Amino acid sequence: MPEPAILVRDLVKSYAGHPAVREVSFEVARGEIIGLLGPNGAGKSTTLRILTGYLPATSGQVEVCGIDVAANPADVKNLIGYMPENNPLPDDMRVREYLDLRARLKGLTRRKLAPRLDEVIHLCDLGRVRDRIIGKLSKGYRQRVGIADAILAEPPVIILDEPTIGLDPHQIIAVRDLIAGLRGRMTVLISSHILPEIEATCDRVVIINQGRVVAAGSPAELPREWLGPPAYELELAGPLEALPALLASVHPGLSLVPTPAPLGQEGFAVIRLAASADTPDLRETLVNTLARDPRFRLRGLTRPRHTLEDVFLAATRPKAA
Amino acid sequence: MRLFRILLAHELRMLLVSPATYIAATLFLLVMGFVFSGILETFTAAPQEAAPAAVFFQLFWLPVFFMVPLLTMKSIAEERRLGTLETLLTTPVSTPQVVLAKFAASYALYLALWAATGGFFYILVRFAGQSQPIDLGPLLGGYLFIAVSGTLFVAVGIFASSVTRNQAVAGILAFVLLLALVIGTRFAGTLELLKLESLAGVKAAVDYIQIFTHLEDFTRGVVDTRQVLYYLSGCTFALILAILGVEARQLHS
Repeated sequence: MPEPAILVRDLVKSYAGHPAVREVSFEVARGEIIGLLGPNGAGKSTTLRILTGYLPATSGQVEVCGIDVAANPADVKNLIGYMPENNPLPDDMRVREYLDLRARLKGLTRRKLAPRLDEVIHLCDLGRVRDRIIGKLSKGYRQRVGIADAILAEPPVIILDEPTIGLDPHQIIAVRDLIAGLRGRMTVLISSHILPEIEATCDRVVIINQGRVVAAGSPAELPREWLGPPAYELELAGPLEALPALLASVHPGLSLVPTPAPLGQEGFAVIRLAASADTPDLRETLVNTLARDPRFRLRGLTRPRHTLEDVFLAATRPKAA
Repeated sequence: MRLFRILLAHELRMLLVSPATYIAATLFLLVMGFVFSGILETFTAAPQEAAPAAVFFQLFWLPVFFMVPLLTMKSIAEERRLGTLETLLTTPVSTPQVVLAKFAASYALYLALWAATGGFFYILVRFAGQSQPIDLGPLLGGYLFIAVSGTLFVAVGIFASSVTRNQAVAGILAFVLLLALVIGTRFAGTLELLKLESLAGVKAAVDYIQIFTHLEDFTRGVVDTRQVLYYLSGCTFALILAILGVEARQLHS
């Protein structure tokens, strides 16, 4: 098995005795797009900065493509394309000029430089602004300049700290497509707290809170793991006290969630049903059973999916004192 | 070395395209031209003992105190404030390369500004009508002093810029350090305390770092390698501190 693109083991970082990251461990396989989630101040940016070799870790091990970051920071810098938080750019340079400088600093040879610049400018859709001053660009273009810089030298690992912050929905989709276009070719590590973003792009998600990994998994399996199978929501009229018995006959895993649901107009009430793990999808059976029963009238049944947002909120909920 | 050349070329280019450079150069030449014509006037009024070039370079501290902080305060502090230091240092560039490139660019500008004052002497020779109105020795010695001492002054400015993200703080810090270096040592040399027998070693050291004495030696044509060594080692020391200043990440993280 090839070594993982990124390996973080028991990473600890404290600022003047104040722990920012405590024992974070995760791995990223090659070619994977992974999202690092967490509330503000959870330690995301610190973790990414340590990965790039910009900050030293207090303890723990960090490897990029099998190379130890603490021991060989210079080698690791050749393997990483990094866009820091807030995407700092010099305001007084032109886009093409800046990318040209960055490409030469990253060691692109003169022969490869011009075609690669054109390719990246095309890929990031910067053709229209290539000769504009960076300080006068809109935020969306600035963000794309930052991403163009990160992918410029075709490093095996790309690290983007909040690439979609402050963008409008069109720009977010454009950036998301751009990142998705890197899938398979490069390993991408994105930090964000814009959850639909991560859900749409990432193969895997690591959620950290207060410096610790609280959840890790694919955006599809995480909700199942954390919140169990989705609940059902029914709009039903009839003798509700007879419902538990009926549910037990449908599937033993179903149970009524006791919500103080007031009867709405026309006698309909909204009822939530929880299902234990490993129950199959029971929507059809429920509809048929309730329709056959003359006592009940059913007019709506939904099974809202848990989103990453629900997981995020559950996983990073502040602990009750 | 290749990366250093790329960085230096970039720094010089940014200096050349920046309007601030030209404004600073114009004002610098204006002030120095004013000083120079003032000196000439005193020379026409009455015969003087020293050569005009020697008197001109006596005022080296004026641009050192004001121009060096202004030239260097932006270099690292601005990059740190914008965050571009982080993008720069996460490329294969090393901290010493960054600091050295910043230093070399500022030093080149410092030399270029002083070189421009050579025009004053040219104009004087061209239009004075005499065949040899000024002595070439003090002139060359003076410029050599400027070039050698400039390494230390600019390095101190770069160091001041490396420890803060605020340009104003960097500028004031550079000003204070340079003031201590030039005037402070002169003041220390006159202290009664140092005249004690037991402090003779300290007194010798303080005398050795008198920058005005160095200037006199240079303009008289005496180039003492100990003095050159003082500036070059001081420059190296300040640059090492600047590298450490950039590497002290906790300041800005």
